[in-house]
Amino acid sequence: MARYDSLLDALGDTPLIGLPNLSPAEGVRLWAKLEDRNPTGSIKDRPALKMIEDAEAEGRLRPGSTILEPTSGNTGISLAMAAKLKGYGLVCVMPENTSDERRQLLQAYGARIVFSPAAGGSNQAVAQAKELAKLNPDWVMLYQYGNPSNIAAHYTGTGPEILRDLPSVTHFVAGLGTTGTLVGVGRYLREQKPDVQIIAAEPRYGELVYGLRNLDEGFVPELYDEEVLTGRYSVGSYDALRRTRQLLETEGIFAGISTGAIVHAALAAADKSVRAGKEADVVFIVADAGWKYLSTGAYSGTLDEAAQRLDGQLWA
Amino acid sequence: MAVTVSIPTILRTHTGGEKSVQAAGSTVLEVIEDLEAKHGGLKERLVKDEKLHRFVNVYVNDEDVRFAGGLEASVADGDNLTILPAVAGGMR
Repeated sequence: MARYDSLLDALGDTPLIGLPNLSPAEGVRLWAKLEDRNPTGSIKDRPALKMIEDAEAEGRLRPGSTILEPTSGNTGISLAMAAKLKGYGLVCVMPENTSDERRQLLQAYGARIVFSPAAGGSNQAVAQAKELAKLNPDWVMLYQYGNPSNIAAHYTGTGPEILRDLPSVTHFVAGLGTTGTLVGVGRYLREQKPDVQIIAAEPRYGELVYGLRNLDEGFVPELYDEEVLTGRYSVGSYDALRRTRQLLETEGIFAGISTGAIVHAALAAADKSVRAGKEADVVFIVADAGWKYLSTGAYSGTLDEAAQRLDGQLWA
Repeated sequence: MAVTVSIPTILRTHTGGEKSVQAAGSTVLEVIEDLEAKHGGLKERLVKDEKLHRFVNVYVNDEDVRFAGGLEASVADGDNLTILPAVAGGMR
């Protein structure tokens, strides 16, 4: 059944696509879960809607409430759509070095944007949002980095969908941001299949983003649970771009840049299975499609030029 | 065993501004000890209570060492070791 009463009801149940050309060997297969097939085109619709629904159920969100959230884009876009349909206001705190498309989309949905400085990246956006929350006690900060509903969305949605569609899954690979996807899906799959590998792909940015004054200002999301993971890769913009283009070339999937980083880690994991002579079914997340990144030049010119253009931007 | 170590901006005061330095060792800890011998003060920024500092991530050829034995993770000749502060990264 593909009929829904509203856009919000069309969340999840995304396709899992076999990738015969990208898979490295007959017994080592890669599968892409197309999370761009969600209401606003990213995996963030899942945690965003779940956080809103849970806050409504707890009575924290009421008609006319204003939601506040630090977000580099996709969560903001998901919240903005839901807020529009449900009659909430939305204030997003977003680093100024994110793509123009995200900004335009948020504005189209009627969200207010407060920019945080490029230096300091999302750390700074989180800190600034926490300050704004103190100054505006009637605003409701859903706080995706620490909200258990974020994990629950994947524990009850994304994880069961993967196991239903591919009971032979051996590896799950996703991006590491709030850590909600990896922890939620990882916990669910681990309970069902204790040997499953849960692998994180973490974006490695230009130096500007790491410009902390001291190490104690570092940030680890409250939701992060290292126990769930079995591996973690740091992927630079060159490799992320290379894999984004490879996914399009070999399998026709037009994905965003963070997905390229995830593909890079998935291929590294798959390669280990090939070398060990083991069969594997590696599922990775396509977090969003490439539309919002066209202005970054990620899909044109040489890889070196494209990587140069991305330096200093938050591409994931 | 020579490895190339990338030093983040925040720790370059210890390496005279160098972004990338050479060090030796067959485990992450041995590499850090060698770094300490050449660039005093680095170890206490990276290691706390015999574990990696909570806000420091170390990668050998882009793989996080916390999932490969931590400070005891093995390092081979020609490997790249990257030190990065933990920041909020990824899709949000």
